[in-house]
Order: sequence, then C-alpha cells, then structure tokens
Amino acid sequence: MNNMLTIAMPKGRIFEEAVELLRKAGYQLPPEFEDSRKLIIDVPEEGIRFILAKPMDVATYVEHGVADVGIAGKDVLLEEERDVYELLDLKISYCYLAVAGLPNTKMNEVAPRVATKYPNIAEAYFREQGEQVEIIKLNGSIELAPIIGLSDRIVDIVSTGRTLKENGLVEYKRIANVTSRLIVNPASYRLKDAMIDQLVNRLNDVLRGGIK
Amino acid sequence: MSRLFMFEKPLGMRDTLPELYEKKHLVRSRVAETLKLWGYQFMETPTLEYYETVGAASAIDDAQLFKLLDKEGHTLVLRPDMTSPIARVAASKLLDEDFPVRLAYSANVFRAQQREGGRPAEFEQIGVECLNEDTVSCDGEIVALLISSLKKAGLTNFQVSVGHVGFAQELFLQILGTNERATALRKFLVEKNYVGYREHVNSLQLSSIDKQRLIKLLQLRGGEEVLEGAFEIIENGKGKKAIIELEELWNVIQDYGVEEYVKFDFSIVSHMSYYSGIVFEAYAGNVGFPLGNGGRYSLIEKFGKKASATGFAIRVDMLLEALGDLSLENDTHCIFFSQERRKEAFQLGQKMHKQGKKAVLQEISGVKNLDAFTKRFAGTTFLIGGHGDE
Repeated sequence: MNNMLTIAMPKGRIFEEAVELLRKAGYQLPPEFEDSRKLIIDVPEEGIRFILAKPMDVATYVEHGVADVGIAGKDVLLEEERDVYELLDLKISYCYLAVAGLPNTKMNEVAPRVATKYPNIAEAYFREQGEQVEIIKLNGSIELAPIIGLSDRIVDIVSTGRTLKENGLVEYKRIANVTSRLIVNPASYRLKDAMIDQLVNRLNDVLRGGIK
Repeated sequence: MSRLFMFEKPLGMRDTLPELYEKKHLVRSRVAETLKLWGYQFMETPTLEYYETVGAASAIDDAQLFKLLDKEGHTLVLRPDMTSPIARVAASKLLDEDFPVRLAYSANVFRAQQREGGRPAEFEQIGVECLNEDTVSCDGEIVALLISSLKKAGLTNFQVSVGHVGFAQELFLQILGTNERATALRKFLVEKNYVGYREHVNSLQLSSIDKQRLIKLLQLRGGEEVLEGAFEIIENGKGKKAIIELEELWNVIQDYGVEEYVKFDFSIVSHMSYYSGIVFEAYAGNVGFPLGNGGRYSLIEKFGKKASATGFAIRVDMLLEALGDLSLENDTHCIFFSQERRKEAFQLGQKMHKQGKKAVLQEISGVKNLDAFTKRFAGTTFLIGGHGDE
C-alpha cells in the first residue's frame, strides 16, 4: 500500500465533477468508472485506489488515514472539523450554506427551532448571532421542517435555490460559500509527499487553466 | 443519565488485558532501554496537579482537562501531559545547580475527548526532557534519540518532520506588522487550512511580493534544499536565526547519521503555545495520527525559572498500532498436580523459576475445561496419581 495513493471520493452530486477534474488533470480512469457499483476501484496504471464514500464521511476516512487524500465539500469540513490538511479549493460543486424559512416569518420567541443536516455549523452560526436556538438534526428533506411546523428555520446547502422555491421557502442569510476541497491526511502528507505533490500540481494546472 | 451497566467504564477509559499489556510492556521497555542508554534518568510525578499551575501551563485545551475539587476547594486536574509537571519540578528543585539535566518518563496522561467519545482519554506517553541546555546539538540529540527509540521499537517506515516556530512567526511579523494580524494568519496554519490561508493572504492589502512570500511558506517542505528557499523569503533578524538553527540541526543530524528519517516542514506550528524554537512531529506509514512530537520550549519560565529545554513524547498506543502485528511467543509452562504429588510439583516449579522459566502451578482438580486451559500454555507437565507414573 505504500506506493499506492488511496483517494476517498464522494458519491453522488460531486462525484462526476470530481472524476472530470481528475481526467482533465491527465489521470487515466477507466470509462466504466462512473457506472460501477463497487466501493473500491483500483487503477493500478496510475497507482491509485479510489474508495467511494458518503460525502459526509470522506473527511473521516482521511483523518483516520485509511484514505490518504479525499475530495470533500467545505460544508463537510466545517461540520466535521477533522484534523486534515485542506490543500486545494477545487472550485467544483459550487453551492452555499444558508438559513432559510417560510417567507415573512419570525423565529418563535418561546422555542426557536432550527432543523438541519449540519448541527455543528448551525449551532456555531446562531451562537455567533447571540441567539439560542434548539437544533433539530435531520438526515434529509430538510425543507419539509418549516412547512409542516417542525422548525422556524433550516440551515442547508443551496445550489440553485430551486428546491427552496418549489417548497415555498425563502433564503434569509448566507452563512458560507461551499466548494469541494482536496484534503490530505497529515501522516500521508509527510510519507507520500512526492505522490501528493504530483497530484496537487496536476490539479493546480487544470484549475489555473480553468480560471481564464 | 441512563443506568450504567455494571461493567461500564467512563468514556475513553480502557482496560489493558494481559496480551495487550505484554505488547505494551515490550514496546515500552525497548524504548526505555534506549533512553537509559543515552543517559536519561526516569522519574515520576503525581497524577493530580493544581489546575491553576500545571493545568494552566500545559497548553492543552481547557475543555480537554479532567477537573475535580480537593477539600480546600482548589481545582485539580488529572495531568494532561508530562512536560508541564516536569517543568514544575525542574523550576523548584532540579535546576539548583547550573548544568544540563536529562530526564525520562513513561506515564499515563489524561485528555477528555470531545469527538467520538470512544477515543482514548487516558493514554501512555514515553518521552524525555533535556533541561537547562540550549545548544542546537541538544535539539539534534533529541531528534536523533526519537529516531533511535522508534527504530529500536521495531519501526521502519516513519518520518520526523522538523520545523521552527520562530520562522513563521517572524515572517508574519515582518510582513503583517502586528502580533494580532500574525495570530489571525497563524490560526489557518494551526488548523491545517491552506485554502483559507491563501484566501486570507490574498484578501490582505499587501504587495504581490509579500503575498508570494507568505504563500511560499506553505511549499517549504522537503530535504536540506528547502532551507535555501526559506532564506529567500525572510529578511534579517530572528527569522534568519531560525533557518541558521535548522541548518545547524541538519549538520548535527547528519553527524548522527539519521538524516534519511528527517524532513523539514516550515508550516509546522504547534498549537502548544509554549514552544519557542525547533519543533517536530513523527509520523509512521500505517497510522493516520502523529506518533509523537516535541521541540524546544520555554515552559519552565512559567514556573519561575529562566531555563530553556527540549524534549519529545511518544504515544505508546500509536506506536503499537504502527508496529502492527507483534506476535509474542507464549513461553509459559503449566505443571498440573494432584494432591499427593503437590510437593514434587512445587519443587519442579521452583527449579524452573530459578532458571528464569515461567511456570504455572495448577492443581488438576481445580480446572473444569482442561482441554481449553491446556491450550493456553507452551508446554505442560502432569504430576498426578502415584509417584513415578506420569
């Protein structure tokens, strides 16, 4: 395993963009890569092993060192606060974290509630605003919460704003911009420095080219 | 709070069962042997210390300290590290005579874990402190001793990354002017957030040359050659002194012949605020977390004595993990006896013990599952029934 680089990739939305970026960086990935249902894909020609993880878990794999490198959204890094190097902004999968709710509503005075997939980010945000709120952790379909009266506000990622609109919600405040980042385990950053530097340089070339 | 199961332990506290104990003991004694050979003397300090003294000096995050109250109402802490207690003893007792003191310890330290509560909150550190000695030779000795200890423990694939807290600090001050602004930028390095660091640098009102100098800091890692790169981005003063120290360190390490294990990394800035000079971290191939770290510190001053010191600490649990499968030979023999041959069995046992062989004495009627029990031993002797027939 010492001459192989293990990369944790996020399944789903970011995956295709990440694969495209790696291809642009000159990595020869097999054509059936995207369609595979395998969780581990070896590309021996490149000396790379990919592991396909839930986006929220990528930083965890990397922190523990079972993956040397990972591609993770800034939202995940803010939420999880893992001890990893955040080396590159890959400038893909742009979206942002926002507070949203039903239009023209105020937070409930007696019991302000916020539903979110990101309890740490939400808690930190409202604490900084000097507001004490009850955080309700949900695992998906966050937009449902204000509609059916579970919470006054939600904290979630917004990419086009369509989901909010279709569910009759409006954005109240942007918290932070989110793009995907290249993250690295601290031990791998030392012991596989040559391989990681090469990856960073190749990705950097693509990123610079892409900025015009 | 939910009702505890009778077998439960507080979060993060672990039992060490015999097999693991033996492995830990083996690794600990290999490292300890090396430390002793280099003339470091072992010492112990109490498990409990005052929060106001050692607790405050330790630089471990307040939320990670285990605190309790004594009868007088003083807040106590379970020691979160060994460097601060040793600095306390050093300032009050050990440094009365003005010469270098070399100390070693192996002890459990306590740090409450906020994330994933099952992570160990009590773990063993083995390490050294060289007090009242401020030469770069001594910094080199500590790095070489760390390498030598890890090798002796059986580790092959590892690396020590060396940096200097003075360099980044001075670079930031030269360019940014104030401590406040330097601290704001330093925070990104502590968090290992290079993206945020670059964004922050680009958002500042600085000349493009200065911006490049700050960004270049992130690339200063590798062998001897990075020292030259470091010279290019720093002006005279303390920053240059830091590089000269690292250059000298490289020479010392070469003289020790361990340079293959050492690389420079100028972006290492410890979250431990008491470090004042050369700092380092050790990493092994198959463990994602650092095995150990150390560096030069000014901590003793907090306890009222001006003395520079340097040292390192190895986390025994991480080292064990890095070593992987340590198969220990089972060399314990079992002598089963029946009552009528008890004395004979005891004599045989004594004989074996005198020869330094491990032997268990077990009356045969006391064992219910004889087959399973026998399998636990390297060999067995049965002294049962009448004399002579075995």
